[in-house]
Amino acid sequence: MELDLEIRQYALLVRPKGELDLAVADEFRAALEKALESRPISFLVLNLSQVSFIDSSCLGVILGRYKRLVQINGRVSLVNAQPQVRRVLEMSGFFRIMKEYPNEEEALNLIVRHRGE
Amino acid sequence: MMEVVNQMKLEFLSIPANVAFARVAVAAFASQLEFTLNDLEEIKVAVSEAVANAIIHGYADSPNGIVRIVATLGKDSLEVRVEDDGKGIEDIRKALQPAYSSDPERTGLGFVFMQSFMERLQVDSAPGEGTRVTMIKTVNPSLSSTQLKH
Repeated sequence: MELDLEIRQYALLVRPKGELDLAVADEFRAALEKALESRPISFLVLNLSQVSFIDSSCLGVILGRYKRLVQINGRVSLVNAQPQVRRVLEMSGFFRIMKEYPNEEEALNLIVRHRGE
Repeated sequence: MMEVVNQMKLEFLSIPANVAFARVAVAAFASQLEFTLNDLEEIKVAVSEAVANAIIHGYADSPNGIVRIVATLGKDSLEVRVEDDGKGIEDIRKALQPAYSSDPERTGLGFVFMQSFMERLQVDSAPGEGTRVTMIKTVNPSLSSTQLKH
């Protein structure tokens, strides 16, 4: 797994690349935690366009961050999941609690609007 | 019992890097049958979950355990057995419930995926005696059941 992180104001943009399974779950969790602790971030945007596989170990990492951000009135947004990844997300009920956007810009725009409300 | 067309066995240490190895190996083996790409993706997730369970729960993250996989191809079906000699499951019914997990960071979805992505799932386990997960997936089951009717 490669991980690209970018912070834009109150949002953490994450672009993982490769397969998200048990082998990378600890690293994935630690990287997200470190970034979330570095600034007052309440929005996490996960760009999944380059993720070819995900299983419950990394879904747990995402869910853990979701639980954390929801407490501070934040949210987690998903961007452009590939079909096989999206089926796993669907089955996990993730789309009931997280929105999916076709690209990062749309996900970020809605965050700006959300904060303006 | 299905007629055995081909069979392979794998044995590896209970380390997380082997989760990817196991799912790719089983999916490559399964591709000898006419599974769709989607089927193969589902097999990968199911195997991933079973092996991850063996490592995390069976061996409590110890890297010294042995995970065994036996994959058997029938004429139109795959059976995958994933076994460990770890601590076993105390209450299998409880473990099979969605969102049941002994750790708050985990989703408890492992068995849900195995159940949803494979046609049959059987879990044999006892405390101190390891766990054996047996999963079966058939090639295009909707088509073969239609053929049977006509």
